[in-house]
Amino acid sequence: MSLAQRNEQVEVCLSRSRSTTVKAYSAQVESVRSGMSEGVGIRVIVNGQQGFATAGSLDYEVLAQVIEEARGNLQFAESDPDQGLAEPDGIKSPNLDLVDSAVLKMSDQEKSSIAIELEQRCLSADRRVSSVRSAAWSDGWGEFALASTNGISVYTEGGSCSVGVQPLAVEGNETQIGYAGDAARRPDLLDMDRVIAEAVEGATGMLGASKPVSERVTVVFEPGVTSAFLGTVAGALTGDRVVKGRSPFADRLGEQVGASKLTLFDDPTNIESLGADNHDGEGLAARKNMIIENGMLSQFLHNSYTARRLGASSTGSAVRGARSTPSVGLHALCLKPGTVDREALFQKVGNGIFVRGVNGLHSGVNPVSGDFSVGAYGHKIRDGVLAEPFREATIASTLQRMLLDIAVIGGDFEFLPNGSGMSSIAIDDIALSGM
Amino acid sequence: MFRVLCRRNFDLRQGDASVKPLSSLLDRELIQETLAEAISNGGEWAEVFVEDRQNASADFDEGRVEAMVSSRDLGAGIRVTVGEVTGFAHTSDLTRGGLSEAAQAAAAVAKGGGQVKPVALNGDGLAESNARILPETISKTRKVELLEQTNSAARAENPAITQVNVRYSEGRRRVLIANSEGLFNADDQTRTLLSVNCVATGDQGLQTGRETVGYTVGFELFEDHDIEAMARRAAGRAVTKLAARPAPSGQLPVVIERGGGGVLFHEACGHGLEADLVNKGASVFRDRLGELVAAPSVTLVDDGTMGVEWGTIAIDDEGCPTQRNVLIEDGVLTDYMWDHLRSRAAGRPASGNGRRQSYQHLPMVRMTNTFVTNGDAEPRDIIADTKNGVYVAQLGGGQVNTATGDFVFGMTEAYLIENGEITAPLREGNLIGNGPEVLQNIEVIGNDFAMGSPGTCGKDGQGVPVGDGQPTLRVGALTIGGTAS
Repeated sequence: MSLAQRNEQVEVCLSRSRSTTVKAYSAQVESVRSGMSEGVGIRVIVNGQQGFATAGSLDYEVLAQVIEEARGNLQFAESDPDQGLAEPDGIKSPNLDLVDSAVLKMSDQEKSSIAIELEQRCLSADRRVSSVRSAAWSDGWGEFALASTNGISVYTEGGSCSVGVQPLAVEGNETQIGYAGDAARRPDLLDMDRVIAEAVEGATGMLGASKPVSERVTVVFEPGVTSAFLGTVAGALTGDRVVKGRSPFADRLGEQVGASKLTLFDDPTNIESLGADNHDGEGLAARKNMIIENGMLSQFLHNSYTARRLGASSTGSAVRGARSTPSVGLHALCLKPGTVDREALFQKVGNGIFVRGVNGLHSGVNPVSGDFSVGAYGHKIRDGVLAEPFREATIASTLQRMLLDIAVIGGDFEFLPNGSGMSSIAIDDIALSGM
Repeated sequence: MFRVLCRRNFDLRQGDASVKPLSSLLDRELIQETLAEAISNGGEWAEVFVEDRQNASADFDEGRVEAMVSSRDLGAGIRVTVGEVTGFAHTSDLTRGGLSEAAQAAAAVAKGGGQVKPVALNGDGLAESNARILPETISKTRKVELLEQTNSAARAENPAITQVNVRYSEGRRRVLIANSEGLFNADDQTRTLLSVNCVATGDQGLQTGRETVGYTVGFELFEDHDIEAMARRAAGRAVTKLAARPAPSGQLPVVIERGGGGVLFHEACGHGLEADLVNKGASVFRDRLGELVAAPSVTLVDDGTMGVEWGTIAIDDEGCPTQRNVLIEDGVLTDYMWDHLRSRAAGRPASGNGRRQSYQHLPMVRMTNTFVTNGDAEPRDIIADTKNGVYVAQLGGGQVNTATGDFVFGMTEAYLIENGEITAPLREGNLIGNGPEVLQNIEVIGNDFAMGSPGTCGKDGQGVPVGDGQPTLRVGALTIGGTAS
């Protein structure tokens, strides 16, 4: 902070991270990749004008140049009375321990064995598995420090490890690819058996899939697909979308926007989530925030800027790396689970489709208008049980309609590698397009 | 040693026109020593990739400049191969000590006594910038004027426009690649881009319209392109969609406007022709060389040398010069795309398709500019001959499952075709098809080839700039992911 000049608000973020990825192919190591990254990002604000600059180095001389560059940039930003750094709000950090030394102690040899084991066990799990496109172990460790002239000074350290595998299943002229992965803070928490079973089943279960007939159906999303859907919805409930008129929910605070069984919150204080954190991207304490309660839109998420714009308080929802300015986002989005297990959920639905994966979220979902249309694959549900697989189809509705059309929320809650905590959900009246 | 240490304290100030060529960032002897150390543990081949990236961007939102951001990244990635095994380590510390640590980390995959000695570096490792006017020499004031001009033009187009976001970005990426076979090549790549996103508000809610102009050029971009016309197109697109009706649900013929749908080929077959996926059996196009895989009117090319297009590079990220690669000729599959590892294993030359996002990443097979060449039909006849269908004027992104060939792509501007005429605008959605089937099902290709908007292609978590293009054409049937029955 000694670099700050009078009248300046200055915030300095520093980060350093190390990562290793080991991939296996044909029962041997295919590649080992490792490296260290450093970063600095500096915001300077004077009279509501903000400048930002960043560099990939922690050399002291570089820091001095970055702050000069940020000062140069701010002269061109127009003054905005709401622009400013976060003010300390007295809320205490959950003080979570986010690093486990077991990962740091692992040798490359141990990591290689896990990657090879993943590949080999997929190959032997089912005779139709012909090869494995990718079998990988990854681990990472990072530290992040933030200090500002408003008196904020925080440091966080975190680490995790993950595995992922993509087996190919072949029958006749047909090939299908599966994928499954897991992530955790400790290697012994990775569920290898489940990853292998899910990945292999994901490929073999899709063999023989065909294009379905177009119709309006009830759709069941598996938890990963629920996460993609509700993540998009929650993104439209962040302050920056709202203040800039880019959210279809901008004027709906306090209204019923979803089915009454829908409760959605962001909870980075839950250590079970890989999105858990002690602070947000502006150094405010991480906290639990309700977003939708029993279908009612309870609040928007804010960083300090969007909060000021709307006369609210920051919800501690600033997200960023050291290399970018803070935006507003989710740390650990959670859906309040229902009570039925997946089989009972299929029974309740009776007839419909079970969606195991979607694609084209970036190209067919418009979070401003709410239009939702994605490629989907999975299984038919017939008479309450899973039936034949389908592929090359799309499902479409709008985000607004889908929230209201949620029919059942499953009790199969789990924390996913992306940090969200999700269950299967059933949504009525979706347009399935195929033949 | 001292010189290298000093140079690490790179100058972040902009406007320095006398920028030195990249090779001065890391001297030849240090690279040679690093290669020797990387290969000394028994490696068969080693590579040093140095990258210096300078980006600057400015965002204009809600009628004002919101933020100007600049960034600088400098580092090296060191790769060692032995047999089929690759070791890779990256570092932002370009001192002798930092490079040595990375070289040893990369070399750890090899075990025991080194036999191979690196060949002396061959070449000067210098490159001239592709930019006529380096954006860093232009004042920020001028860049702000561009943003304001674009914003005003978009807002003036129609009172229904309620929000305009304009983004300017410039990027200069200097790379230096050396390997143990003596290769010592450099490139100095500048790209400049302006994009505008408009929101229109109507009775039925919000709609968006987007346009981008971006090329592998410097600030001369703005001499050659009419920014205000681009802004008006984006605004018009958002306003048109206010009256859009839900897209159909089911299979229909689809006419794709020239330049609007190259992403279809990028997804439908481009990824499936990448040799790394082919070799692992993860492509529907494996073992199909010499076969008719598309309608006989289809010729598909990937060309990294193509003028100033977004995917153009002089050399790839393994130092191999780019070239024009014909992948499908008159419907027949003629070749895949290759990088160093895959071409070496196959005993054939690389094709200039080895690319990586940054010095922190391993290269793999990637596309550059991918396009379908002209046919001979008149575009207006293609529309007139389509009784009922969908006309797609602009596609968004897409995604493919290369194992099955199933791909989706988004339509961001589309209309119904009724009795051979373009009629009502449609709401956004994805289309889905199967690559090999769609290629066979291309019924007619126009004579009006154009390249499309700049894109970023993502694969295994790495993004690289790519271009695509195509003449107006019709696919016999694609599944439209709408909600209207």
